[in-house]
Amino acid sequence: MGVDMAPAQSNKLRWGEMEEDEGEDLEFLLPPRQEIGPDENGVKKVVEYKFNDEGNKVKITTTTRIRKLASARLSKRAVERRSWPKFGDAVHEDVGSRLTMVSTEEIILERPRAPGSKSEETKVAGDPLAQIGKAGAVLMVCRTCGKKGDHWTSRCPYKDLAQPSEGFIDKPPASEVPTVTSGPSKGSYVPPGMRPGAERTGTDMRRRNEENSVRVTNLSEDTREADLHELFRTFGSVSRVYVAVDQKTGMSRGFGFVNFVNKEDAEKAINKLNGYGYDNLILRVEWAAPRAN
Amino acid sequence: MRPILMKGHERPLTFLKYNRDGDLLFSCAKDHTPTVWFADNGERLGTYRGHNGAVWCCDVSRDSMMLITGSADQSAKLWNVQTGAQLFTFNFDSPARAVDFAVGDKLAVITTDPFMGLPSAIHVKHIARDPSEQTGESVLTIKGPQGRINRAVWGPLNKTIISAGEDAVVRIWDSETGKLLKESDKETGHKKTITSLTKSADSSHFLTGSLDKSAKLWDIRSLTLIKTYVTERPVNAVAMSPLLDHVVLGGGQDASAVTTTDHRAGKFEAKFFDKVLQEEIGGVKGHFGPINALAFNPDGKSFSSGGEDGYVRLHHFDPDYFHIKI
Repeated sequence: MGVDMAPAQSNKLRWGEMEEDEGEDLEFLLPPRQEIGPDENGVKKVVEYKFNDEGNKVKITTTTRIRKLASARLSKRAVERRSWPKFGDAVHEDVGSRLTMVSTEEIILERPRAPGSKSEETKVAGDPLAQIGKAGAVLMVCRTCGKKGDHWTSRCPYKDLAQPSEGFIDKPPASEVPTVTSGPSKGSYVPPGMRPGAERTGTDMRRRNEENSVRVTNLSEDTREADLHELFRTFGSVSRVYVAVDQKTGMSRGFGFVNFVNKEDAEKAINKLNGYGYDNLILRVEWAAPRAN
Repeated sequence: MRPILMKGHERPLTFLKYNRDGDLLFSCAKDHTPTVWFADNGERLGTYRGHNGAVWCCDVSRDSMMLITGSADQSAKLWNVQTGAQLFTFNFDSPARAVDFAVGDKLAVITTDPFMGLPSAIHVKHIARDPSEQTGESVLTIKGPQGRINRAVWGPLNKTIISAGEDAVVRIWDSETGKLLKESDKETGHKKTITSLTKSADSSHFLTGSLDKSAKLWDIRSLTLIKTYVTERPVNAVAMSPLLDHVVLGGGQDASAVTTTDHRAGKFEAKFFDKVLQEEIGGVKGHFGPINALAFNPDGKSFSSGGEDGYVRLHHFDPDYFHIKI
């Protein structure tokens, strides 16, 4: 702490006097505000300079993309209001304040069930049950209520009723308790890695996600996440859709990932959609390779 | 769709209102400054400084020149929408809650909370054309219902006032005499506090949302129950699409319980229901706390939601929203 203070003291006498110092107008020392663009992509750069709390000069570069919204019909009064001067707190708003931001996440109106049919929904629900029959019921243990072989955690009917603490700590199902509780005393904190069964579920989950991730390449530029979701939904329940987007231009970079809940569905999708003509391009659909690191 | 996030408020949102042209969005929050935004890109136009308590509700005149706000600082204020200047302050002896301009903007209804032994009340004020002639006298004061009155709106032709609140009963009052005309049935009506009330675009019916985890659609003249939308979370806010037969319910678990449970358990999505079939169409996620306020743009092509998390999220619908079939 003392080391940190040393350089500050050379600039400012005492932190208590900071406030008076701020009143001192040093702004004339700063280079003027610069605006560059917007260029053909609509990318605009604003360069501002100001002093930060330690009295150092800071250069703030804000890059924004300007997009024309679809021409909406506006009344004359509304057009007039558009040019009203700002008032209240909005007057002193600088570019860096970022009060208004566009979500980086694509939000879709999530349908309670796929619009196709009800029968598909029941099939998907039936699938894990069928698997369990083969693998032995031990696999399906609800982490919320501890019931075995009845439902998955995400479908637990007692989700809302369960005590928050129960849902939080990965409790083993009641039948396994006697063998493991000998270790830590009840109520004390157990790190996630030490919890019984935690390691197994962790690796399980990671492997499952990697396995069910499908990479889609050679997408057309204007393919959005919603489009991909639409396309892949027919094969089974999709847990995640991602389309790589160029930060600057907002254009799709031509590839994306789709995660399926069930491996079979992912397989089906690959078999069906690899080489499929979509938006006058031929899709390449394959298993996503795990990242090199 | 990629929603626009507006972080102008430091406290939970309480109310959202579009002006008639749908180009301005007014937001009220528990911080003391109502804010106006451009409804297309979410840019902040200005703030209305002057209240000294949480602002619970607001309404904007038809010509978008005057704004009325009701606040917990025991006052309701009239504002110049364009400059943010205070035009007039109505002072009360208890916190003001709901405000609503009558058709024609010549009258306004303001409700006040029960406070320090005072019962809750509905006040009708005359709104002068020229703000300098404005007086604080009430044209009419209605007392009677127990508990807070969370919403009061004008009925057709300004002949009635519809109120709803903590006692879970919807009441229709005569706006001239202050007589109670109709009361919702205890059997079919809400079982818990009514948190929100919104009229349809043509004012022929209205929708109420309640903490009993349901929303109900009522006829505005006869107060007959038309539809019930059942959900699995307490309903804090309701909105009706002016374009399609959709209703939107927002809510979520109690704010005090949010930190103790998983965010998925909170059910903070805005839920879309088919108005006629009472069936769920879908949900829009995004908030990190319960939704306290919902509003539809009068063109029906966008809607905004305000949450306990202090964010306003402005959603412009994707084209496929307009072709959803059940």
